[in-house]
Amino acid sequence: MNKLASGKIAIVGVGESDIGKVPGMTGLGLNAQAAKRALDETGLKVSDIDGVLTAYSFTEPYFMLGSVLCEYLGIKPRYNASIVVGGGSPAVMLKHAAEAILAGSAETILVCAGENRATGQSRDSAVSALLAVGHPYFEQPYGGSIPGFYAMIAQRHMHVYGTTREHLANIAVNTRRHALLHPNAHMKSAITVEDVLSAKPIADPLGMLDCCLISDAGGAFIVTSAERAKDLKSKPAYLLGIGEHHTHEHLMCAPSLTEFGAKQSGERAYAMAGVTPSDIDVAQLYDCFSIVPLIELEELGFCEPGEGGSFFSDGRASIGGKLPINTHGGMLSHAHAGAAGGLFGIIEGVRQLRGGLGARQVKDAELALVHNEGGILSSHCTLILANKPN
Amino acid sequence: MEKQLPLPVANADSAVYWKSANEEKLVIRRCNSCGEKHFMPRYLCPVCWSDDLVWIEASGKGTVHSFTVVRRASSPAFAGRTPYVVALIDLAEGPRMMTNIVGNGALEVRVGDGVRLEFEERDGAKLPQFSLEKVRS
Repeated sequence: MNKLASGKIAIVGVGESDIGKVPGMTGLGLNAQAAKRALDETGLKVSDIDGVLTAYSFTEPYFMLGSVLCEYLGIKPRYNASIVVGGGSPAVMLKHAAEAILAGSAETILVCAGENRATGQSRDSAVSALLAVGHPYFEQPYGGSIPGFYAMIAQRHMHVYGTTREHLANIAVNTRRHALLHPNAHMKSAITVEDVLSAKPIADPLGMLDCCLISDAGGAFIVTSAERAKDLKSKPAYLLGIGEHHTHEHLMCAPSLTEFGAKQSGERAYAMAGVTPSDIDVAQLYDCFSIVPLIELEELGFCEPGEGGSFFSDGRASIGGKLPINTHGGMLSHAHAGAAGGLFGIIEGVRQLRGGLGARQVKDAELALVHNEGGILSSHCTLILANKPN
Repeated sequence: MEKQLPLPVANADSAVYWKSANEEKLVIRRCNSCGEKHFMPRYLCPVCWSDDLVWIEASGKGTVHSFTVVRRASSPAFAGRTPYVVALIDLAEGPRMMTNIVGNGALEVRVGDGVRLEFEERDGAKLPQFSLEKVRS
C-alpha cells in the first residue's frame, strides 16, 4: 500500500475464543465468541459492522464461508469476502480491510477466522486434510506431508548455514516459555531443549515439539479508520505499514529453499511505514514449524542469513531480549486452528502496543511487526503496527 | 480412510508425462521461444508465456537438493512404508521435482548426493522414483 495510507487505519478491537480442546463449540461458534469479545472492547454495536472478512475452514468447509459466517452472526454487510492464502490470510485480510475502508467500501470491518480442529475431526483427518496442500499429481504420490515439506526447508537451511536441531529446539522452548505467561494459551507446562530433541520424530529433522498445535480456536479483530478510532473506548493500534508477496504454492515450484517472499513483503511494509528493522520493539512471526520463524527473522532483516538460530538460542528473541518474538506463545504453544493461527499474532501485536500485560509485557513497546505466511512459505504478508498514528 | 497408495492421475496437462512414465521415460517441458525448461507441465511457459512448448526426455540423472525422512506417515496409506525418504531433486537438465529416494542406503541420503531414475510399479501404473548413485558403506 501507498505510504500516504500509513497511520490512517486502526485495529480497535481484538478477541480470542476459548482455546485448546473446546468440545462444546462449533467452528462458527468459536468465530462468534471471538467476534463478540473483539466488538465488546470497542463499544461499537453489531449494526456498526458493515464489512466482514474471513478465510477458510477444514472442519466446516462451506463453499461460501464469508456469507455463511455473516448469516450465522446475523450481519448483512455491504462488504464481504472469504480470502484464502493459507496461513497468510489474516494479515492479507487486514490489508484488504484497510484498502476497502480507504476506498469507502466499508467503515468498520470484522476480520474473523477459526476452526474446531482439535475436537471437530480426528487427528488423522486433520493431517490428511492438510496434505491437500501438496500437489495432487506430482507431490502426493510420494507421501509428502506438511511437516515433511517444512522439514526439507529445515534440512536445506542446516546444509547451507550450519543451523542445528538444538537451534530449532530453542525456538520451541522460547515460545513455550512465553505461552506460560498467557492466560489463554493451549499449552500449560514448560519444556526443555532435551524434551524437544527427544520428542516423537515426525519428519527429520523435525519432531513433535517442532510442530504447531492442533487446537480449537477462533480469533477476531475490528478494523476502522484512525479517525473513527478516536471516539471508541478501546486503545487503537495503528497500521503503519503492510505488504505482501507470493512466489509459489507447491514446494517443488518454490524458487528457492532458502529465500522466500518474506523479504519482499517486509520491504514493502517497512517502506510504507518509513521504519527499519532496528526500530521494531516486538515481533510475532508465523511459526507453524520451528524452522519458520527462524527464516522469517532472517528475511525480515533482523539478522543475517544463517544467524537466526543463535538469535533464539542466545535469548535475543525472549521477553527482555533485543527483539521478543511470539510473546503469546505462537502456533507452537498458544494455538493453531487454520487461519486463526496467524490471526493470534496480530492480536498479540495489538495487545503489546496497548500495554499492561504484566510479565508478558515488552517494555515500552511502540512498534510491533507481525508476519503471516501460507502454504509452504508460499504467500507472505508483513504488517507493522504502532501505538501512535505517526 | 484411504488405505491405497495414491496413483498417478493424468489430466490434459500431464497425459504425456504419465504415458511416458508408463514407458519408463521421464519427460519435462522445454519452451521453444525462450528455451527455459520446467517440470510441472502446463499450458504455457511460466517464464515467457509462449504456448510453443515441446516435451524432452530427461537423462534421469540428478542431485538431492533437500530431503526428509518421514517417520510419521501423512496418511494410513503410507504408514506401512515408514521410515521413507521424500526429496527434492535437481534434474541434470535444471528443473526440480519431488520424489522418493528408494533402494539401498536410501535412509543415509545427504544433500548433494547423486541420484538416478528408476520406476515404481503401482497398481499397473509407473511412478518415477530415484535411488542413490553411490550407496554409503
